[in-house]
Amino acid sequence: MNAKKPLPGKLQKRLTLWEQMRSHGHSRRDFLKLCGWLAAAAGIEAGALSKVVHALETKPRPPVVWFHFQECTCCSESFIRSSHPLVADIVLDKISLDYTETLQAAAGHQAEKSLHDTMTKYKGQYLMLVEGSVPTADGGVHCCIGGRTALDIVTEAARDAQAIVAWGSCASNGCVQAARPNPTSATPIHKIISGKPIINVPGCPPIGEVMAGTIVHLLTFGRIPQLDSQGRPKAFYSRRVHDTCYRRPNFDAGLFAESFDDENARKGYCLYKLGCRGPTTYNACAVTRWNEGVSFPIQSGHGCIGCSEAGFWDNGPFYEELPSFPGFGIESTADSIGLTAVAAAAAGVAAHAAYAGLRRKADGEKDQDKGGE
Amino acid sequence: MTSQSRSLRLVYVWEKPVRLFHWLNALSLIVLGVTGYIIGNPPALMNSSEASFSYWFGINRFIHFLAAYIFVAAWIIRLYWSFAGNAHARWSAIVMLKKEQWGEVFRVFMTDILQVKGYDTRHSAGHNALACASYLVLGLVSLFQVLSGFTLYAGMSASWFPGLFTWVMRFFESEESLRQWHHISMWFFAVFLIFHLYIINFHDQRERKGLFSSIFNGFKVLEKD
Repeated sequence: MNAKKPLPGKLQKRLTLWEQMRSHGHSRRDFLKLCGWLAAAAGIEAGALSKVVHALETKPRPPVVWFHFQECTCCSESFIRSSHPLVADIVLDKISLDYTETLQAAAGHQAEKSLHDTMTKYKGQYLMLVEGSVPTADGGVHCCIGGRTALDIVTEAARDAQAIVAWGSCASNGCVQAARPNPTSATPIHKIISGKPIINVPGCPPIGEVMAGTIVHLLTFGRIPQLDSQGRPKAFYSRRVHDTCYRRPNFDAGLFAESFDDENARKGYCLYKLGCRGPTTYNACAVTRWNEGVSFPIQSGHGCIGCSEAGFWDNGPFYEELPSFPGFGIESTADSIGLTAVAAAAAGVAAHAAYAGLRRKADGEKDQDKGGE
Repeated sequence: MTSQSRSLRLVYVWEKPVRLFHWLNALSLIVLGVTGYIIGNPPALMNSSEASFSYWFGINRFIHFLAAYIFVAAWIIRLYWSFAGNAHARWSAIVMLKKEQWGEVFRVFMTDILQVKGYDTRHSAGHNALACASYLVLGLVSLFQVLSGFTLYAGMSASWFPGLFTWVMRFFESEESLRQWHHISMWFFAVFLIFHLYIINFHDQRERKGLFSSIFNGFKVLEKD
């Protein structure tokens, strides 16, 4: 079907969440319970619940297109494991997910048509969710879908999107494929698209509840949440893993595990000396945790690798407190370079002193008395 | 000591604010270097009590942050004095815009570092020009350390002051890489300290102008022209 013909009813009449739930036989009570859930997930204060209810009663559900480019789909995997609110609800009922390579039933031309229909019918209204970075080297040939480059697709889709969500570190900062030397020139979305509101939800993957919470905020208020300087929702990325970590008292007390096998690791001491990147990582892991709040890396005895921070692959090795220094080879840390510089300075000074002594001898005592005058 | 008679004069070179800056700067730099190194490489000072009974690493970090504020305060004094102070303390002595100053850098390098004869050895009464150049670099690295340090501190502080520096993050990929640069720049001060102490001793021995004591009492002993 081309764009001139009338679109199917599903696309023509967009229901509000309340209307849609009622048509599915849910009670008002069910609806209010869901509103409470969503508000909590988006970090909205309890007093503003009535706003959430009002918004979901009156605003039509925004159509959503979800792209996959240079990525491993771990973001999608994480998203479908978010438990509060149940992701099945969000993906399948609450948002109108018109295009997503991983979960859609359609394939091939049908899928591409669905995308095209959404973009033309809902110009300026649809939400664009992007998983994965976009390669720009060699004309973008390193990632093609349906015969078009990711660069082409993302530029076209972004033109009429209401807002863009960059899922995961790939779309927010390039992640592993943008690590040095970045052979495909993998580029995060915010460096390709300008003039559109872009929300970065970094992490490898991001926490499912954080992703859901971000979507919920967009659904509820129809505008982007408060963002930090790097475009991340403040509700989830304003605190360091380190400051919310339950092992933090060990850090302040100077109690560190020296190896993963020692008694200190068994006692649950701080993993700082084993390379934990918690002190420089902003994420909600220590608060929200993973898999229905079961655990997070540090709780499981492994340091944070800083997966939600730009360039975390280049700040390795993951198990060294001091990363190797860029440009000086794998094993050079800031301290080994610094100590070499100090040794060179000491050697230079010693050479100068020795030379001055030789000169003094050669010039004789008289000349020396004159000194530098 | 010398067999020749020298006609000398006392010259008041380092005014009080300059000396105050010097010692505040030296003290805070050493404290910052030591506590900073410990933050980067914490020694295994273990005890068997629970974490809530001790706080030495937290105190170490606190001292680092406190020294950082003193460091900034000292530089503010010094920057003010580079406009209000005497000719030796003026900014124009450090930020070398004149051709003669660069000529002196060359002469000092030839006489003092390479120890070649035949160059005019009458350097400036205050800092010689090469020293000025090294202090300019010291100032720039210090500025970087202040910018990067307070940017890193902003994430863990509720105070407004570190918040002034967060724009620095625009120039760095992540806090981890900024932390790297902050860490390696510390070694500049270690190298500077070695050169600084050695060359002062070298000049003091050779020229006998009371260089060491000048930073305590402000006076140098210079020859009459």
